[in-house]
Amino acid sequence: MSTANLTGQYYDLHEHEHPDGYSTTLGFWIYLMSDCLIFGMLFATYAVLGGNYAGGPGPKDLFDLNLVAINTSMLLFSSITYGFAMIAMQKGSKQGLIGWLILTLAFGLTFLGIELYEFHHLIEEGAGPQRSAFLSAFFTLVGTHGLHVTFGSIWLVTLLFQVGKHGLTAANQRRLSCLSLFWHFLDVVWIGVFTFVYLMGALR
Amino acid sequence: MADHSHGHDASAFHATTKDYVIGFALSVILTAIPFWLVMSGAIADKQTTGMIIIAFAAVQIVVHMIYFLHMSGKIEGGWNLMAMLFTILLVGIVLSGTVWVMYHLNANMMPVKMDGMG
Repeated sequence: MSTANLTGQYYDLHEHEHPDGYSTTLGFWIYLMSDCLIFGMLFATYAVLGGNYAGGPGPKDLFDLNLVAINTSMLLFSSITYGFAMIAMQKGSKQGLIGWLILTLAFGLTFLGIELYEFHHLIEEGAGPQRSAFLSAFFTLVGTHGLHVTFGSIWLVTLLFQVGKHGLTAANQRRLSCLSLFWHFLDVVWIGVFTFVYLMGALR
Repeated sequence: MADHSHGHDASAFHATTKDYVIGFALSVILTAIPFWLVMSGAIADKQTTGMIIIAFAAVQIVVHMIYFLHMSGKIEGGWNLMAMLFTILLVGIVLSGTVWVMYHLNANMMPVKMDGMG
């Protein structure tokens, strides 16, 4: 009896056959969790610096809750349209998938447009990131979220072309699942943003 | 369902229209109420309003996790859930630790009046 055989009885020494990309979603999820830590840091920074106005304007003077409510609904709509895109994908409907993805992209871009309008408005009013520690933390937190939505949108456009060209291949379905996690995750982060930054800011 | 053969694959999520519609309806309610509370000032006490909207946010995050991210202990042999719980623990330590330390730092750095008025 050789040692290899002996240990083989106790430990599974054989490499299993893994289908291509079988662990991609778990890996992507772990990436998202590390992203969650980044946002955790930025929220902590905002919690510490959010009250330091340096004699400048505070959240009450700056934030327009109507605009934030519209923005929140844009992101929520984009979440459910992405969900419907995934269902179309499961049913094997390429046309349905592409249609829902384009609608999701439209909501995502509207969200970004409103956010850029808000940022532009703030900077024009002299409330740019350099005005106070509160505004630096605000622009970093909300800007990082916006940057994620931007990259998600670029990814979405890429996948639209991928699906258009290659169809609903296994690889494309995997990519769409990953983007689904990314997109819904950004909506979760936004819940934190509108609660802690905008609503709590208006209560100050 | 031919492409969904292997058990621990991406497509192990069983997303249904019903899930998304329930999740969306709950999210709309859980978003609308905090916005309404703050914008109308329905509750005069701001601290109470703050606690209520934080509770709504926490519930909405759970709703998103279940209905949109399809989080459960079953997919990927529970590793998704484990990774998430660990992350929540870390974020909890970072947030509460930061706020706690910085609050005491600020409290101790307040200029002390030396004229006996306290």
